[in-house]
Amino acid sequence: MNTNTIKPGMKPKHQRLVLLGLALAAMAGALALGISALGTSATYFYAPSDVFAHAPAPGEAIRLGGLVQKGSVQRLPDGLTLAFRVTDNARDVPVRYTGIVPDLFREGQGVITEGHFDAQGTFIATSVLAKHDEKYMPPEVAGSLHKVQGKVTS
Amino acid sequence: MHRFANPARFLRIARVLTLPLTLLGLVLTAAGLWIGLFDSPPDYQQGESVRIMYVHVPAAWLGSGGYLGLAVASAVALVWRHPLAEIAARAIAPVGAAFTAICLISGSLWGKPTWGTYWVWDARLTSMLVLLFLYLGYLALSSAEAERGGGKAASILAIVGVINLPIIKYSVEWWNTLHQGSSIKLSATGASSSIAPEMLMPLLLSVAGFSLLFGAIVLMRMRAALAEQAVAARSRRIAAAYT
Repeated sequence: MNTNTIKPGMKPKHQRLVLLGLALAAMAGALALGISALGTSATYFYAPSDVFAHAPAPGEAIRLGGLVQKGSVQRLPDGLTLAFRVTDNARDVPVRYTGIVPDLFREGQGVITEGHFDAQGTFIATSVLAKHDEKYMPPEVAGSLHKVQGKVTS
Repeated sequence: MHRFANPARFLRIARVLTLPLTLLGLVLTAAGLWIGLFDSPPDYQQGESVRIMYVHVPAAWLGSGGYLGLAVASAVALVWRHPLAEIAARAIAPVGAAFTAICLISGSLWGKPTWGTYWVWDARLTSMLVLLFLYLGYLALSSAEAERGGGKAASILAIVGVINLPIIKYSVEWWNTLHQGSSIKLSATGASSSIAPEMLMPLLLSVAGFSLLFGAIVLMRMRAALAEQAVAARSRRIAAAYT
């Protein structure tokens, strides 16, 4: 232990206090190092721009998140498959999903899809989750601010 | 510090405070939940399931706030050997763990209709689950140490676990998460919120009510622990007198 900070003449109480301070400082340092080393690997999903920056291999399982691009949702003739584009307002990616989407799924809404890219660069999703934002308001207020987007109906 | 180190003085103050804290906490909680569940508007996207917020948010704040209290009490116990600090830490832990569990369960029930899933391993949900495990670890370790008498491991665990609190708070900013960002932000210039006022009011009422109840339960548990200590000391004296 550093003899400059813990002097032999110190009261035990003060020695313990200094030790606690050093321990807390070491923990803060470890946290900062850990967070910077983790980088984006603790991220739950990638945005379309991330996918363009580091293209995942076709077939590699990833999560893709962003907004459902307005005007992009189409139901394919089989009646079960949805085709839409996920955008982060910079880049966008075509997505195809067969299955039931959450109630909040609509154009302009945040979604997180799980799946992989096929050879043509279309993201084949095996699950779609809706992301909720931090705004909470009654429908009357929302109606005047924010035209409810065309909800996908079959 | 040492003015409050006296358990007799603490007991006098705690005895006076317990009943008013309990009553006020019950009244505020009832008012907040009544307005939240029956007399506030549904959300424009989530519909009626927004009402889970009036339980989930106070539980989340008290789960993490309680852990900070547990860590501070443990630090005081380690550094100053304050006789009440360890009692306070042991009194806080199960209450904080219960609120953390309520937060996780209510959040999961909200997640299914809103997100489409009960659980995902994103940074916010995972760090909150880790908080519950930290509480459970502290509880197990401190009760083992209490049986053997003495020991510092539980206090050290509580202090080291503090590292999880900034991770919980900033998880939604540092990483992409399914959980949304903070709706209420505190900054040097004041607080801002993206919650409509008619929803914010019952939320703040129930936060105040839950917090007072948290305080009242901790005081009751500390008084009970001190009473148990007094009984144990008295039976030792009686046993000694008869042998």
